[in-house]
Formats: sequence, structure tokens, C-alpha cells
Amino acid sequence: MLKSLKSFAVLAVVMGLLVGCSSNKPAEDPNANVEVDTSAGAGVTQSTVDVENDFSAVAGLATVFYFEFDSAVLLPEARAALIGHAEYLRNASKSVRLEGHADERGTREYNMALGERRANAVRDFLVLQGVSSSKIETVSYGEERPAVSGSGETSWSKNRRVELSYQ
Amino acid sequence: MRYSWILIFVLSLFATPAMARLTIEITSGVDNPTPIAVVPFAGSLGLSEDIQDIVSADLLRSGFFRPIPKTDMLSMPKAEAEVFYRDWRMLGASYLVIGQMTNVGGRYQLQFELYDVLSQRKVFQKQVAGTDSQLRDIAHAVSDAVYEAITGIRGAFSTKILYVEDLKRPGAGRYRLIYADADGARDRVLFASSEPLLSPAWSNDMSKVAYVSFETTRPAIFIQELATGKRTQMTNFQGLNGAPAWSPDDQSLALVLSKDGNPEIYTLEIATRKLRRITDHFAIDTEPNWTHDGKSLIFTSNRGGSPQIYQVSLATGRVERLTFEGDYNARPRLSPDGKTLIMVHRRDGIFHITSQDVKTGNMRILTETWLDESPSIAPNGAMLLYATQHQNKGVLAAVSMDAGVKFRLPSKQGDVREPSWSPFSK
Repeated sequence: MLKSLKSFAVLAVVMGLLVGCSSNKPAEDPNANVEVDTSAGAGVTQSTVDVENDFSAVAGLATVFYFEFDSAVLLPEARAALIGHAEYLRNASKSVRLEGHADERGTREYNMALGERRANAVRDFLVLQGVSSSKIETVSYGEERPAVSGSGETSWSKNRRVELSYQ
Repeated sequence: MRYSWILIFVLSLFATPAMARLTIEITSGVDNPTPIAVVPFAGSLGLSEDIQDIVSADLLRSGFFRPIPKTDMLSMPKAEAEVFYRDWRMLGASYLVIGQMTNVGGRYQLQFELYDVLSQRKVFQKQVAGTDSQLRDIAHAVSDAVYEAITGIRGAFSTKILYVEDLKRPGAGRYRLIYADADGARDRVLFASSEPLLSPAWSNDMSKVAYVSFETTRPAIFIQELATGKRTQMTNFQGLNGAPAWSPDDQSLALVLSKDGNPEIYTLEIATRKLRRITDHFAIDTEPNWTHDGKSLIFTSNRGGSPQIYQVSLATGRVERLTFEGDYNARPRLSPDGKTLIMVHRRDGIFHITSQDVKTGNMRILTETWLDESPSIAPNGAMLLYATQHQNKGVLAAVSMDAGVKFRLPSKQGDVREPSWSPFSK
């Protein structure tokens, strides 16, 4: 079990790098996040990583993913954990809810749209990894539910996020 | 001179007291406010509301007046025969307001008069009446009449405001939609929820409000009737359901939906629920508001790379960009005369409320506080309310359209934001 998790982690990092290269492309094309080519995730689904279909497989993975200011581009450090979640979701009956959030700067409804773009970026990544989009629910809270209060980059950087929760 | 009667507009309301009570801190006024003496009205002593105090506070808050303290007054006239202009000139008063309150069968009747001290003439004599629970309405009617007679601008002291309060502690009533007088008094809770509330908007006939609620764990647009409290969920689409704005005839809402994958502007006919898509662009389109003729929408879009204000014709779908200064202009509102565009503008990382002359395109910064947003213009176009932060708390603030007058309305509890100034009652 421990060994398989370890090899999974290594593979996840490698795949994170691979996917990182390919998924930079859609970010440059604003149309890309609407239509996602799920066939690109086939290479990942064919991997032989031995992951138990057990919730403990994702228990240690990060569930909060952070973003740059005014950006909905997934950061490279988010990918390893998301690949782990995707691996689990492909085979599990559970679904996930992705909540997109923004920091307090800017107008509230615009931030609502920004939070949705962030949640969509995570959703698109999971779909790219072969997760059925029917298992993913996205919702944006904009700046209405900050993780931490207070002004300044320390707080703001923690509030520009997508939170993943299993349903 | 004949008495002219003022009718008080009464809105019956299905709501509970909020106890949020905004207080008012004036931070800037015009350089030479007009000194005015509001004499305590005869027969108003011991009433449940201090009429003279409310009128003085209204006039002070407008920024154009400096009410003279009643302790400085040499006499307290209640009728024309008792007015000695000399007394008021000595105090430096330019105007004088006097009046008499009588109780006619449980109904209060106030006869009040405005005098121009410098030209020594009576400007008007008016009457207003109401019940004990309408004493504040009586006071605001006096303020409106005095303000209009002297400035030529219709007073907006009798109008109402909506705002959202966040008590910042998890629980059933954490987020509250509050209804209050324009001075923050008589606040009532229209709706409370454990989930966020935002974007409250008045119908033009003042009978309903539309807002976004997350009570279903997703954003949805609701309409609530003020008289009955009856709520109707108007939208429940996948994705965004936001930024409702009433058409001038109250028949439709402009709103934002992302059900087709991307935030777009739609109109929703309320009676038929007929939905019409107005914008079609891969960028973020949001925060629609109607032009006064109801023929166009102004909205925020980042289709040019950064958020800017655009206008779209409902008949032709033609889109025109309205703002070009800076890299962040959002949440547009048009002044009642249609000549000024008000928006949130970012400059050097700071968010300001700015005005832009619609004809010339000249932009002017009105506020320099912290994280300024959600501007809402008074129906007389003299001031606007907005949300800002002060001492790490969300507060409401107001600024005159020429930026000369500024005041804050902090709440006793929680954060307050998302102000929406009512139209004039018809």
C-alpha cells in the first residue's frame, strides 16, 4: 500500500509536468475552457498505477488550489494533487463540488465571474484527466466567502482559490 | 399665502426590526455651507421623535447647510409675528425654519414656514401630517421642502436604502438584507440567510426588490414583494445567476447567466419568464444596467483584455465601448439625467468611484477611500452611496456628485455593503 502510494506520487509529479505543458495551451485561448478535448486524458487513464478505490487514497491530497491575481490559470503546483483526485474520481462513485473564490479587490459580480472561471479551470483539468463532467459540480462564491479576513497580499493570496470537496 | 400640503408616501412593509442602525460621520462638506436655523417646532416637545433634530441632521448631511445649534438661538418663534430678522442676522443665519405641531384626533399636523433672513421674506408655508409612527416621515418631508426651495434640487431625504449586512459569524441569520430610511434609521430585515446575499436592486415602483441569494447552495435570483414579504425564485440555472437590474417599466430584469458556458447578459421577462440572450462573447460580460430609455444596457466586459464599460443596443445588438481610461472600469450606473456615468475605477492598484461625462468622456475620481465599490446614485442625482472599508470594517459611505461632500455610515455591528438607493416614490 505504502509502496504503491509512493510510486503513484512519483508518477503523479511526472504526469503533472506533462499535463502542465499541454494545459498551458488552453489558457492562452479563452475559448479553450468551453470545449475540452477529453481524449487528451487517455494517456493518463491507461496508466497502470495501482490506486485502491478507497477514499484514503485522496485523504492526504490538497483540496484547496490557489490562483494569481485576476487570473484563472491553474498553477503548476496544483496539478499533482488534482491528478490524484482525478485518479480516484474516475473509478469512484463519489462526485465533487468545486467552489471558486476571489479576493476582495474589484467589484462583487465581476469577482463572481472570476471565481467561476477558476472553478471551471479545475473542472476542465479533471475532465482532461478522464473524470466524467457529470461527477463535477462547480459554484462560484466570488469574494463573498473569504478563507481569511483582512486586507493585504497575505490574506488575498489565500482567498483566490478553488476548494474541492467530495459529496 | 396659502398652505401647500405635503403628502407622505407610506410603504407598508413585511419585515422585522434590524437594530443595525447606521450612524453618520461627516468627513467633508462644501467650503461655505449655508447657515440655517431650524427652530424646535412648537408643540413637538416630548414626542417620540425629535423633529428639529432630524431636520437639522438631514440638512447637515447634505453638505450644503450648517444648522445653527438651538442653544445659540435668541428666540424660538412659532409664527410669523414672532420672527425678528435682526435676531437671526446676528446669529449669521441665512435661512430660518419655524413651525407648529398640533395633534388633531391622534394625528399629527405640522405647519412649517421657511424665511429668507437676508431678504427678510417668507419663502413658503406648508403643512404635513401623519401618525405617531410617521414622525420621521414628517421631519424628512420638512427637509425635502426646505432643501428644494433653497437649492432648486428635489430633496431625497424621504427616500429609502437597501444594503447587505454580514454579521461575520456562522449562523442562520449571518447575511441580512436590510431596508432603511436614507439616514439609516428605522432599519428592517427583509431577508436573512446563513448563505451570502448580494446585488439588491429596487423595482422602479418601489414595490419589490430583486437580489441574489445562495440559500440553495448555488446563486439564484429572487424577487421579494416589500408589502407581503412574498419571495419568488426567478432563476435556477447552472452556473452564475447574478446582477439583476429592473427595466424602467419593471417588466423585465437584466441579469447575468453562464448556463451556456460563459458569463453573458440576458433579459428575463418577469411575467412570462421569457429569456433573451443579449451578449455573445467568450469574455466575462456582467453587471448590466438599463439606460433610462430602456433601449440599451450598459455592462462590464473584459473582452478588450481588461474590464471596461460597454453599451449594447437591445434592438440591434450593436456593442459600443464607453470607457478608455485605465485598466479597470466596472459596475456602471447612469445618473438620473443620463449625463454622467458612475463606475468603479482602479488606478495604481487603488479602487475609486469615478464619474465620467457621457458627452466628453472626461473622467473624475470622486472617492479616495479603501476598496470602494457598488456605487448607487440618489434619485435626485445629488449624491451617491457606495461601499468601502474603514478601520478594517465594511462601511457605507456617501459622496456628492461633485466630490465636495463626503460622509460615512458605519454600522453598529458587522460589515455593511451593497447599498442600493431607492427611486423617488411616485
